[in-house]
Amino acid sequence: MSDVRFTKDHEWVRLEGDTATIGISEYAQEQLGDVVFIELPTVGADVEAGGDAAVVESVKAASEVYSPVSGRIIEVNDDLEATPGLVNESAEDEGWFWRMELSDPDELEELMTAKDYKAFLEGLD
Amino acid sequence: MSARSQAHSAGRGGDSGAREEVQTHSGHRGLQMEEPLIFEMGSPGRTGVDLPPVTTTTDKLGGLPRRGEIGLPALSEPQVVRHYVRLSQKNYAIDSGLYPLGSCTMKHNPRLNEKIARLPGFSDVHPLQPQSTVQGALELIDTVAHWLKTLTGLPAIAMSPAAGAHGELCGMMTIRSAHEARGNARKRILVPDSAHGTNPATAVLCGYAVDPVPSLPNGRIDLAALKAKLDDDVAGIMLTNPNTCGLFENEIIEVAEAVHAVGAYFYCDGANFNAIVGKVRPGDLGIDIMHLNLHKTFSTPHGGGGPGSGPVVMTAELAPYAPLPYVVAGPDGFRLIETPADQVAAGDGGHAYGRMKSFHGQMGMFVRALAYMMSHGADGLRQVAEDAVLNANYVLARLKDVMTPAYPGPCMHEVLFDDTFLKDTGVTTLDFAKAMIDEGFHPMTVYFPLIVHGAMLTEPTESESKESMDVFIDTLRALAADAKAGNAARFAGAPYLAPRRRLDETKAARNPRLRWTLETPAEAAE
Repeated sequence: MSDVRFTKDHEWVRLEGDTATIGISEYAQEQLGDVVFIELPTVGADVEAGGDAAVVESVKAASEVYSPVSGRIIEVNDDLEATPGLVNESAEDEGWFWRMELSDPDELEELMTAKDYKAFLEGLD
Repeated sequence: MSARSQAHSAGRGGDSGAREEVQTHSGHRGLQMEEPLIFEMGSPGRTGVDLPPVTTTTDKLGGLPRRGEIGLPALSEPQVVRHYVRLSQKNYAIDSGLYPLGSCTMKHNPRLNEKIARLPGFSDVHPLQPQSTVQGALELIDTVAHWLKTLTGLPAIAMSPAAGAHGELCGMMTIRSAHEARGNARKRILVPDSAHGTNPATAVLCGYAVDPVPSLPNGRIDLAALKAKLDDDVAGIMLTNPNTCGLFENEIIEVAEAVHAVGAYFYCDGANFNAIVGKVRPGDLGIDIMHLNLHKTFSTPHGGGGPGSGPVVMTAELAPYAPLPYVVAGPDGFRLIETPADQVAAGDGGHAYGRMKSFHGQMGMFVRALAYMMSHGADGLRQVAEDAVLNANYVLARLKDVMTPAYPGPCMHEVLFDDTFLKDTGVTTLDFAKAMIDEGFHPMTVYFPLIVHGAMLTEPTESESKESMDVFIDTLRALAADAKAGNAARFAGAPYLAPRRRLDETKAARNPRLRWTLETPAEAAE
């Protein structure tokens, strides 16, 4: 199992080789409720860690999704356009948002591990 | 990920716990009619009036006559009358009951306003009439402007914006123009995380980046965080006071001083002016520019009965950048400044960025607002604010033991509850709101502001009597007891008694049907 890291804004990032895959956490999809629309970034765009990259809209809210790391977008999950419900069904797997090449892999070290994130969520209630 | 905007209601299907219902043969329920669309009714060729046969005419359409049927409904007059009366009976309105939609200020629309607005001298004038023939109407606009400037302590006004968000746009365009005139439009607008969604939307529309300012645990803006964000890239701040948590921003003067220290402007969202009208003048708090919702604070109709009206008051410094038109009084009477040339001739500089709207604003609403202001007087308007705050605190005081206030009182004109009292009941804020419909109440604003979990923002307004609030409060107490008693089924499928049951908002958002088309009999049979 590859290493998954989380942000306090509830994005996850998984590094496989040189490629990072990004999505929103199970907790985030639960808080959002039924997702109805997702605006994905443009392939080829450069994003900064912490910068706006996507928008997720649910029946309850529209939210920015921030990039956990810096780099260039190399692929987006086109399936989300027709079936945004994938995010509810499989937030941390099939409901991924985009893939990117990292410009600074060290940034990953600053993010929470799955264990840290779980503890962080417990602190939220 | 961070929340950016939130709908006033959220959907979650569910039909469990439906009560046993009487099924009628007709589809009607009691005297509530199940009404089709008007295009689905009628019979070809039926009309309400006898029209003479069309005599021979010359085709002037250049060989492009209509080929298909025009598709108008064919009904008799009583059918049309019944159709619209039935639709109106399905509509919940401030005239039919308490409407506690927080931040919307759904107050009573006095009948006096309507009577005055129907005087032919106001209702039968046309905006293209010669100005000499509409001096009374121009004087009325000028008088409304005078009241609004006096109440806010701000010396200039743009009367034309058509509603609150349009007023925000007017205000932010004015701020941008003022910065541009100094050679630098700047880049960012600060917006608290409790703001109305229209605030960041307006800032973005004006080409600014939105920089959110967090709130403190007490529901008010974090002044230290605000100060840390201020620099000479900041064009302004958009703040609502009282804010959307129903709380007065008690450090507002410090906010204004800090914002002004970096050369930025202070925009105030005036949606909640109802709570402070006659009590405090926003100009004295350091606010540079704000919109006023005549359809909230000044009792003109809205929520389907509008149109709204959102005049924008501002400082003398910003006045040269305000939009056209405006009214000026001179020795020969009142006249409109409608073009940059008029502005230059009047010695006003000619810096206006243009118009927000054709003609001069929502004239009918100016008449109603003035009727309201003059019938209340300055002392009456002060009492409006006092009673609005008193009523909200009465609701808070009588509900705080069974529902959970997001912040301890006292509150201003609206009281904010969170969903802590529903924890572990299986009932959500949305379920609770839907159950209120079964009980004969329009729900409060739900899931807004975003910074409170499962928010229920409740605004009774000053127009509710103690008796009507008691019925409302007793109902909410009973619903809260139902939820805590484990009666989640009572909520899960609500509303049970409305003309329509719980709507599938997810399906509506994912697969919207944006255009009605007539079903053929074959499609209808599917």
